[in-house]
Amino acid sequence: MKVLAALSGGVDSAVAAARAVDLGHDVTAVHLALSSTPAALRSGARGCCSLEDARDARRAADVLGIPFYVWDVAERFGREVVEDFVAEYAAGRTPNPCIRCNERIKFAAVLDRAVALGFDAVCTGHYARLVDGALYRSRDAGKDQSYVLAVLAPWQLARALFPLGDTVKADVRREAAARGLGVADKPDSHDVCFIADGDTAGWLRSHLGSQPGPIVDARSGAVVGAHDGAYAFTVGQRRGLKIGRPAADGRPRYVLDVSPVTRTVTVGTAADLDVSSVSTGRPTWCGPAPALPRDVVVQLRAHGEAVPASVAAQADGGLRLALASPARGIAPGQTAAMYDGDRVLGSATIERAVAGRSVEDNS
Amino acid sequence: MAYLDHAATTPMLPAAAETMAGLLGQVGNASSLHATGRRARRVVEESRETIAAALGARPSEVVLTGGGTESDNLAVKGLYWARCGVDPRRRRILVSAAEHHAVMDTASWLSAHEGAEVVWLDVDEHGRVAPAVLSAAIAKAPDEVALVSVMWANNEVGTVAPVAELAEIAHAYGIPFHTDAVQAVGQLAVDFGASGVDALTVTGHKFGGPLGAGALLLGRDVEVAPVLHGGGQERDVRSGTLDVPAIAALAVAVEIAVKEQPERAERLSELRSALVSGVLAAVPDAQLNGDPAFALDRRLPGNAHFSFPGCEGDALLMLLDARDIECSTGSACSAGVARPSHVLLAMGHDEARARGSLRFSLGHTSTDADVDALVAAIGPVVERARSAAQ
Repeated sequence: MKVLAALSGGVDSAVAAARAVDLGHDVTAVHLALSSTPAALRSGARGCCSLEDARDARRAADVLGIPFYVWDVAERFGREVVEDFVAEYAAGRTPNPCIRCNERIKFAAVLDRAVALGFDAVCTGHYARLVDGALYRSRDAGKDQSYVLAVLAPWQLARALFPLGDTVKADVRREAAARGLGVADKPDSHDVCFIADGDTAGWLRSHLGSQPGPIVDARSGAVVGAHDGAYAFTVGQRRGLKIGRPAADGRPRYVLDVSPVTRTVTVGTAADLDVSSVSTGRPTWCGPAPALPRDVVVQLRAHGEAVPASVAAQADGGLRLALASPARGIAPGQTAAMYDGDRVLGSATIERAVAGRSVEDNS
Repeated sequence: MAYLDHAATTPMLPAAAETMAGLLGQVGNASSLHATGRRARRVVEESRETIAAALGARPSEVVLTGGGTESDNLAVKGLYWARCGVDPRRRRILVSAAEHHAVMDTASWLSAHEGAEVVWLDVDEHGRVAPAVLSAAIAKAPDEVALVSVMWANNEVGTVAPVAELAEIAHAYGIPFHTDAVQAVGQLAVDFGASGVDALTVTGHKFGGPLGAGALLLGRDVEVAPVLHGGGQERDVRSGTLDVPAIAALAVAVEIAVKEQPERAERLSELRSALVSGVLAAVPDAQLNGDPAFALDRRLPGNAHFSFPGCEGDALLMLLDARDIECSTGSACSAGVARPSHVLLAMGHDEARARGSLRFSLGHTSTDADVDALVAAIGPVVERARSAAQ
């Protein structure tokens, strides 16, 4: 096959490309330039936007002896990922930009272009397995990235290659070193790649400006503090609330709700965070649409726990997921990824979380 | 493989490579006073005489540098600082809008940091600065002009400037004139003295010499401030221990390139004409950029530059590369992202035409087979790239 390997400059995509070469594919590497004004050097463990990362990617391609190009997707990334990220926060929702990037850049804009240019597949260093076209969790449970790939439709998965899914990260690093890839010891990237210093709240403030408002206690309705912008808060957040007055019960307070229209941040106790069911927008199924209702295991955050749930269709085309045990810190905008064991069924974006101790409380 | 990117760099001439290899093992700092130093000095001075003779300059007018970018920096910064040192009113730098970045960005830097005012000279649809444009730009405030810089031949579209005529206009006002002749040497007849310019940039690797070796030809009475300070080598304007093997190889290459230039220009012209008609036959809506007149005073004989409507240049490049045909798009940023060529934009073309362009450049190792390979591949490649641009 003619394979286009996306090289971020990190160790995973480099080893993935190496394995694609070993499999006998005709591999061409591309580094996706996501920023039109890349920083010269990487800062900390964030990256895939710096010139240093581009160089690391180029060096990996050199070592593998495969052609290397830089594709400029900065404009598209800015529009579909960065602007979406800002707009979602501004609307009081909690987006996952990696999911957007996979959905709209890597396995859309880049895949489309690759196919048009004569490639059969796009190869990335994601930790997930593809078996007969179906998407599964990776062997390395700690590194599993099937959650951020659960937005891919069958036609996208049919043209994807994830060569690292059956390997644990430590072995990938060892393999990189054995192959002479200089990125073997490069730190893992974390957080949002386009927020260089990791200060999401500060970055959002610079994009959305100061929007002061009250912090309100959910039970009493009393104003217990003030904030500079509701977008800096996400459901389940505890730190940075700066509530002057301690709560009557002395327990810590968490963000329960963010309402950008009224600029109100609502706080409550940990128990108030419990969510018993969620409703979502239209799902994307990774394979044939399953018959509903059915039992699934649902994961509601990138590194969140998987919870048994029953999923049913709603009249508006969305889904309703009733959780077998309550989940905490669930915010609109997050993705609910549904699994059958290790197999990814599909995903949908959470529109609304319903509080409650358990499914029974809610019925 | 068809290497159609000689304007980026061209293979070293075997004689130059031999000379360089032969000297690499020899010790000698040309500034040392002892016998070893004198031997090195002799190689440098003989090379300087060879370079001077080949390019119509005096030996004392050859300032050896590390290549084209350094020579351009020395000319533009050096002339600017020297000229406004004498008269602080001289702040205006007149530069063609189609210059190489080594000149453009140097002028822009002087504007951002050293109080210069850059005047971009308009070019016509072929990329050429008309003498009247330069006259008018100078006439606005002749006393305030520090220098003029217009390249001899454009690196992207191959357009040749009326350098002697432009230099004469500048001289009428006593203004020094610099030209970047990096692309011209070896393809066109370049005579520093006859051209009348005050400073002229050359670099070895564009005509079969080594990478990292070049010169600024600088008139004897032309003052420039140094950019590299140190031991005072090279007329006190370019310090640094001289790279003896590279300088010797540079001299060998320039001598051969200049001697063989008339014959080579004729051969390259023929190949280029075949390339242009072959590409236009395969892709009838391709647009030739630059001067459509192929005379040597109009266009570099080894240059062909096209826009392919509906295509992205980087997609074309990749598809050709996969077929072992090597060429280039306009300029790339340091990350390797293709940017729309400022030269095409300056010529009045829109961004789409600038983005969908490719340069094919021929040189001393080019063959009919190179051209045939391109002509055979370009049709399907353009078709494929078009479908990817939808």
